[in-house]
Amino acid sequence: MAADGSLAVSAASGTGRASSLERFARRRSTIAFLMTLPLLVVVIGLVGYPAAYGIYLSTLNRRMTGFMEGDWLPTGLGNFEILFDSDTFWMVVWQSCIFAISAVLLKALIGFWLAHMLHHIPTKGQRKWRGMLLVPWVIPPALSTLGWWWMFDPSYSSINWILNIFAVPAVPWLGEPWWARASVIIVNVWYGAPFFMIMYLAALKSVPEQLYEAAAIDGATSWQRLRYVTLPMMANIISITVLFSLIVTFANYDIVRVLTNGGPRDLTHVFASYAFQVGILSSNIPRGAAVSLFMFPILAVCAFFVLRGVTRRNKEQM
Amino acid sequence: MAEVSLRRIVKAYEGDVQAVKGINLEIADHEFVVLVGPSGCGKSTTLRMIAGLEEITAGDIAIGGTVVNDIPPRDRDIAMVFQNYALYPHMSVYDNMAFGLTLRKFPKAEIDKRVKEAARILDITPLLERKPKALSGGQRQRVAMGRAIVRDPKVFLFDEPLSNLDAKLRVQMRTEIKKVHQTVNTTTIYVTHDQVEAMTLADRVVVMNHGIIEQVGPPQELYHNPATKFVAGFIGSPAMNFIPARLEETSGALRLMLPDGATLNVPEARVARYRSHAGKPVLFGIRPEHLTDDKPTDKTNPAPLTLTPEVIEPMGMETLAHFRIDGAEVSARLDPATPAAVGQPLRLIAHMDQMHIIDPTNDKVL
Amino acid sequence: MSATTASRDVPGIYHKAGSLRSERRWAMWWAYVSLIVAAIIFLAPPFYMLLTSFKTNAEIADHSLNPWWIRAPTIEHYAAILSNPIFIRFFINSVIVTGCVVVLTMVISVLAAFALARMRFWGSQVLATGVFLTYLVPDTLLFIPLYQIVGGLGLLNSIWGLVLVYPTLTVPFCTWIMIGYFASIPKELDEAALIDGANWMQMLMKIFVPVAMPGIIAATIFAFTVSWAAFVYPTAFVTTAEQMPLTIGVVSQLVRGDTFAWGQIMAGALMAALPPVIIYAFLMDYYIAGLTAGATKG
Repeated sequence: MAADGSLAVSAASGTGRASSLERFARRRSTIAFLMTLPLLVVVIGLVGYPAAYGIYLSTLNRRMTGFMEGDWLPTGLGNFEILFDSDTFWMVVWQSCIFAISAVLLKALIGFWLAHMLHHIPTKGQRKWRGMLLVPWVIPPALSTLGWWWMFDPSYSSINWILNIFAVPAVPWLGEPWWARASVIIVNVWYGAPFFMIMYLAALKSVPEQLYEAAAIDGATSWQRLRYVTLPMMANIISITVLFSLIVTFANYDIVRVLTNGGPRDLTHVFASYAFQVGILSSNIPRGAAVSLFMFPILAVCAFFVLRGVTRRNKEQM
Repeated sequence: MAEVSLRRIVKAYEGDVQAVKGINLEIADHEFVVLVGPSGCGKSTTLRMIAGLEEITAGDIAIGGTVVNDIPPRDRDIAMVFQNYALYPHMSVYDNMAFGLTLRKFPKAEIDKRVKEAARILDITPLLERKPKALSGGQRQRVAMGRAIVRDPKVFLFDEPLSNLDAKLRVQMRTEIKKVHQTVNTTTIYVTHDQVEAMTLADRVVVMNHGIIEQVGPPQELYHNPATKFVAGFIGSPAMNFIPARLEETSGALRLMLPDGATLNVPEARVARYRSHAGKPVLFGIRPEHLTDDKPTDKTNPAPLTLTPEVIEPMGMETLAHFRIDGAEVSARLDPATPAAVGQPLRLIAHMDQMHIIDPTNDKVL
Repeated sequence: MSATTASRDVPGIYHKAGSLRSERRWAMWWAYVSLIVAAIIFLAPPFYMLLTSFKTNAEIADHSLNPWWIRAPTIEHYAAILSNPIFIRFFINSVIVTGCVVVLTMVISVLAAFALARMRFWGSQVLATGVFLTYLVPDTLLFIPLYQIVGGLGLLNSIWGLVLVYPTLTVPFCTWIMIGYFASIPKELDEAALIDGANWMQMLMKIFVPVAMPGIIAATIFAFTVSWAAFVYPTAFVTTAEQMPLTIGVVSQLVRGDTFAWGQIMAGALMAALPPVIIYAFLMDYYIAGLTAGATKG
């Protein structure tokens, strides 16, 4: 009898539970959904939708009355066809790649070097040095670039003045294409190297001291310690930082805009500044959207690897 | 205060992994019950289901006669002490203890009275204004208990509360917990993997393994009359020795044949119990404390045994000697005065009135 | 025998120790030299801006003088900037936009991060990854479609248009690092709160927000510096001086024609850069925590 009774009870409460548990789960999901709703609005409304809309825009003609016709590409891809046929555009592609790759490499090397040096000095001095060396990153780049612009001024360049002391002839910083390209890279490296330094310093500090002690006892020289302990331990953070910086640098706008505004003769344009010039300043919105979209593939590749690195890192930490 | 009953509780995770496989347990009002078992045995999951932190896959949990399966933790009228104490780091000790009452909108004066009373019981009154960071491990433990006491709940739940403390403090807090239970007398369910804690604290111990209850009973009963090989091996330290053996019947008497050729006489009182297994291979279980050096005073069914120690561990009050019988590890507790040396044969006495015979086919103690 | 081995070994050890010490001294010397050189290069541009901002126009224009020195300091450029109503207008615009964006960002990201970190629900994992991916989308990729969208809403040339789009820069990263901070709070803490009788909102406001305060400060600093320094969106969306925030205002309105008022430009740029620099100076540790959190947390 007892068995029968308890069976009946558990069966009844079994069905009852299923529904109320569902209700509980549903309520929690509802609250969670409401909490994430503003985020969803931002992500979908201000990133997802514009991305789709951008693709659509890039297929329109200049007055946005219909699709852009193409000669050898199907209708809708006319803007891309014109870009493919344009020397200026290929120049922009070329310049963007030179700019992003060399700037990121330099930033990474300088950042690593400085982080290593900072890690060497006594801990109580590190804070002060770190504080000083991060200043370029803290000033809004558009504003600090104004300072660089003034330092590169053709007739008043204070850098040339210093070079003159060492009997180096004046450099036409922003006047000659190659020097202008170099100038943009210099400013970007100056602005971005501190970020690398901070990231690498944080990574260096997370390597347990015992590993170095064990390596030293195993007979590793300081170079071997760097090669076999430091670099493998930091490989993940190095790749994440480099790829992340590649995205940001590739898409950079403010430094180019303030320093050269694309000149001389459109030779220092990168994707962003060229898209801005074509899309906003010359009011060819669809063409500008098409230029921006060219950034997408390389950004997507970088983003994929960053995400993989971050996920892997999280797994390691768990 | 209330009784707690678990009826056919099942907890399954995705992929049909069953952490708890349909357990039944009745806990009386005011009782102190300890769930003990190795990690992964389902004891913590069971406790968390009682707390309402884990959903129940099947079965019923009732607290004070009410089925609480669908009641959220805050309405179950329980309090819980966590392994890492889970003190709110940004609140003072006072606020930590008052938090639950504040959320339940108790009047200020009542909260103050209860917090002060709990602080007095736990002897933490001078710490009330401190932050958890400024407390030692033992003090945090007390605050965590205080947080449970002020609520005056129906049931206290403890989830391995002492495992973050060092050995000395653990012993001290163990007594403390027992004292608090005697003072407030609330039904308590306590989870631990430490059998010493279980034995010292519990009114009744519940031994769990692989999601099922192996045995429930008062500590002494588990020690003297384990129901299964698991319980026999789990309770007691050092663990019980299990030696493969064969039961032989000769003219009404039973003898245990050990694999090294030694024979031990089964006491007459046990013959009836074991006769059905005569002629079969069995496991002979005997605790190290019942395998001692040969002293003429020991007269209760002494069975002599000569073994050669492989390792000798002098502990001070006693000496542990480890042997090997046909691959099975065997240890014995010797008088520290006994001259024992590795490699030197040693004459031992097995106290056969404390022996156990385990059926190797189902691991039940006969 | 033992004496000879001893006498042979001892100098060797001393030699080793000596070389170890000198090696260390060399490394230290190198470290300081590198840091000093880097500090000079890193600090030269802001220092030069500061110098220029205190020079008279005549001194700036004089080729024969050392540009890295100042002879007759003056505050006339600062006075001119501060008495220029349009500059004050820029400043107010920046304060309004940044203030609104910071509040919006923190509300959105703290709520979302809590739900994503603690309330497992259908699609929460995907959404968390999605948030990180949106963080990797640079502003220059989408400013043209956003220009059309903002234009369609009639918010071009308005600071409210900026308040609308800036969250794309701040929300993903802030949410991401808040997920990281919230996830690092021990699970027992919310279970304790649950048993103590807290509901989700109380758990967030009374436990998570206070415990994750360092993360919230770091995220707030990030949101502040990013919206203060934003450049692409205001350049694209705002062309009337009245509605410009500081960065674009200084760049576009003070730089005019052929005769550059360098002193005023530098004074304006420095004053515009001051708020983030001040925050950095006082909250450096939080600033750096936020900076490094992106890759190491979450």
